[in-house]
Amino acid sequence: MTSTPSTQAPRAAIIGSNRIPFAKAGSAYAGASNQDMLTAALEGLVARFGLAGERLDEVAAGAVLKHSRDFNLARETVLGSSLDPRTPAYDVQRACGTGLEAIIGVANKIALGQASVGVGGGVDSTSDAPIVVSDRLRKALLRASRAKTLPDRLKAFASLRPRDLAPVAPDVAEPRTGLSMGEHQALTTARWGITREDQDALALASHQNLAAAYERGFFEDLLTPYRRLTRDESLRADTSPEKLAKLKPVFGKNGTTGGPAASMTAGNSTPLSDGASTVLLSSDEWAAERGLPVLAHVVDAQVAATDFVGGQEGLLMAGAYAIPALLERNGMTLEDFDLVEIHEAFASTVLATLAALEDEDFCRTRLGLDGAFGKVDRSRLNVTGSSLAAGHPFAATGGRIVGTLAKLLREQGESEVRPGQRARGLISVCAAGGQAVTMILEAA
Amino acid sequence: MSDTYLELVNSGVTASLAKKLGLPRPARLRRTDPSSVDRPLTPGPVLVLSDARATTEADTLAQGLLDWDLDVRRDSRLSDHERWGAVVVVLTGLEHPRDLAAPALELGSVLRGLAPGGRVVTLSRTSPAVVADPSGTDGSGDGAAPAVAAARHGVDGFLRSVAKELRAGATANGLVLADGVAVDAPSVRGGLRFLLSARSAFVDGQLLQVGTDGGTEPADWARPLAGTVAVVTGAARGIGAAVARVLARDGAHVIGVDVPAAGDSLSAVMNEVAGVALQLDITAEDAAERILAVARSRYGHLDVVVHNAGILRDKLLANMTPDRFEDLLAVNITAPLRMNETFARPGVLGGGAGAPRIISLASTSGIAGNRGQTNYGAAKAGIIGMTRALAGPVGRAGGTVNAVAPGFIETDMTARIPPLPRQIARWGSSLQQGGRPVDVAEAIAFLASPQAGGINGQTLRVCGQMLVGQ
Repeated sequence: MTSTPSTQAPRAAIIGSNRIPFAKAGSAYAGASNQDMLTAALEGLVARFGLAGERLDEVAAGAVLKHSRDFNLARETVLGSSLDPRTPAYDVQRACGTGLEAIIGVANKIALGQASVGVGGGVDSTSDAPIVVSDRLRKALLRASRAKTLPDRLKAFASLRPRDLAPVAPDVAEPRTGLSMGEHQALTTARWGITREDQDALALASHQNLAAAYERGFFEDLLTPYRRLTRDESLRADTSPEKLAKLKPVFGKNGTTGGPAASMTAGNSTPLSDGASTVLLSSDEWAAERGLPVLAHVVDAQVAATDFVGGQEGLLMAGAYAIPALLERNGMTLEDFDLVEIHEAFASTVLATLAALEDEDFCRTRLGLDGAFGKVDRSRLNVTGSSLAAGHPFAATGGRIVGTLAKLLREQGESEVRPGQRARGLISVCAAGGQAVTMILEAA
Repeated sequence: MSDTYLELVNSGVTASLAKKLGLPRPARLRRTDPSSVDRPLTPGPVLVLSDARATTEADTLAQGLLDWDLDVRRDSRLSDHERWGAVVVVLTGLEHPRDLAAPALELGSVLRGLAPGGRVVTLSRTSPAVVADPSGTDGSGDGAAPAVAAARHGVDGFLRSVAKELRAGATANGLVLADGVAVDAPSVRGGLRFLLSARSAFVDGQLLQVGTDGGTEPADWARPLAGTVAVVTGAARGIGAAVARVLARDGAHVIGVDVPAAGDSLSAVMNEVAGVALQLDITAEDAAERILAVARSRYGHLDVVVHNAGILRDKLLANMTPDRFEDLLAVNITAPLRMNETFARPGVLGGGAGAPRIISLASTSGIAGNRGQTNYGAAKAGIIGMTRALAGPVGRAGGTVNAVAPGFIETDMTARIPPLPRQIARWGSSLQQGGRPVDVAEAIAFLASPQAGGINGQTLRVCGQMLVGQ
């Protein structure tokens, strides 16, 4: 845990990224499949870097909500793209951490010399979510498909009752607790005493920062339009504290949470959305050969998980464990970072994570530290907006954040907090199942 | 986008009906097959004629045509089953208008034997009234004999009239050589090859000036742009996309630029040509620097700039709003002007396989004017002025600056014109049809090529000899 990676170790370079604008569920991309969207994001990346016809060493990508037809999603996407069809690809899944996990996989292969260039990414469609049928109907369908004669086929359905025909709606409830992610987070929100005002302020900042980034053309080389959408559909540039304050709470209403009144609204929770993102990574040599400037390097990554089932810790609190572990291994503190990107599953997720890292008792008892781990300078947090404003197509979020942060670090170049050194950024993405994926990037 | 009328008059019952009714019968034009570029170069043997004083130059030229494996003849008799693929008339020796009669009548005697998609190309000398150096400092307008001037300029009216007589997709064009430029100079050969080939399908009734013997012949005529790096603005669709495809077919690395909102179409076009997509608004102050940075980082150099991006804001001047006028000028003329402040500086373009080339999209609306297009006409005429002004300085640095002026081209943009005016616009040209984006692209690719180094400051119309303007 305390071994420091050698600074001479080869690091994967981030060349650039591409994503499609994130759409609201059931809206602009309602007719698009995971493969359609991932192909669009990949094609934009291929065009941006002139890679048509090139054979890459690896493409890793995944989706959280996956149809059975999405078998071999990443490889099928490659085959539908302009890349050389001999480009190998594999699927990844770690819930909302899927995109980041895919990027870690590609970055590690590059760092180990097993690959020179690859793409990591992710896609999710909540509009085109797979519908699960009842077990009895599923068994009947399978029986019918095996039947050889029409009477046998009909017999297969004989035992069905009307209730068996109702589809099982997809939801984001945790299988082991039956609680939705929002209800889980409501428990954490109450436990850390996160106020409605703080959550709304964070949501407002997310919208304002994202709107300002669009305004200055920041996304010109990060985003390719898709299906007539040129901007993230959830973005509300005109939102205000008053508008956010008017929204009714949607999670934590059942009173079981105790503590402060329910405070999680549609305004300070991420919307369900559709989208895809991709990131191009390579060795420094590969990039230099093609005259492609490097934006940033992947320094290190860390995952963690909490025992949320036993109620020992919140479902989305694993970031508070992964970040200290990652920073300790690299001999860094929160003060060493110019930029911090914490995925806003809910505004209160970010606030609870920050509160935990600042809390002496938590850090002593849960992390085994001598005192509080540290404080994130809020002016360095999610400076071009994050999931609350952009939307959160689960597996697409990691690529969005890595692409954004790598460009921000390149723009900054030299660190403000550590003069003379390169700017550094920290990423944390929480995920279902009580997990979190974190990563350190450094400006090239 | 398709011309239904053209299809009807060229097939079956409707074809004979159209013939009986005496309706215009536009021909299917001979266009380049991307899988075998320039094969065949002409649809039949090539006849070389000349005026009495130009026989030696005609011999030189004929020898050059033989190098391209063409069936070259000096005798105008043709066996029954044959038709002329092209007639090249060398008129470089004219000293008096009467010198034109013999070669003109000889050409006339063979026109009925011209194959569909055939070519008539004249070579003549610059009339003193048409000053070769656009800056007007070479003094060539002084002291010329009126008879010589009359003879030379007479070719202009002769050629344009011949073009209007031709049928079945055949065209007539001329190369006008400045005094001192040999008939086997690279740009004369390059220009001749362009006009003979299917690449010039929609160029008709045009006289293209060759000002110097600059330029070089390509190693491979089918891929003259091999190793060059070209940027095309407005590359996401229409003419820009066609330019990207033709430049790539001719061997160039293409960087396609378009506004971020058109990024998806841009990606598709660039992946098709294995190019690089750059989402960028060309009205940005630093647009040229950003294009240059991408080109130099990826390929080490930038050789060719095609200013294609443009918008339409049509409105009668009486109803014109300030934003419609100003927005159009900003995109169509101010942006290319500003970008050229960077691109036209010595040493910025070139350095690789290609010489510096700047090619801009003008329009026949900028030459003849068009009702409801005062803003567009001003901007496109401005392109012609800008092209002339930059020709001197860029030419001295070894490059060229030219423009292409499309007439009625079948694009998404012109598809929005109501059917009747659209059909009338098509019939308003000698070829009685609209051109295709690829026709404009072919002309641009030619002007971008190394063999066009002696052509500078020109505006080449790609309009099927539209009956307005020149």
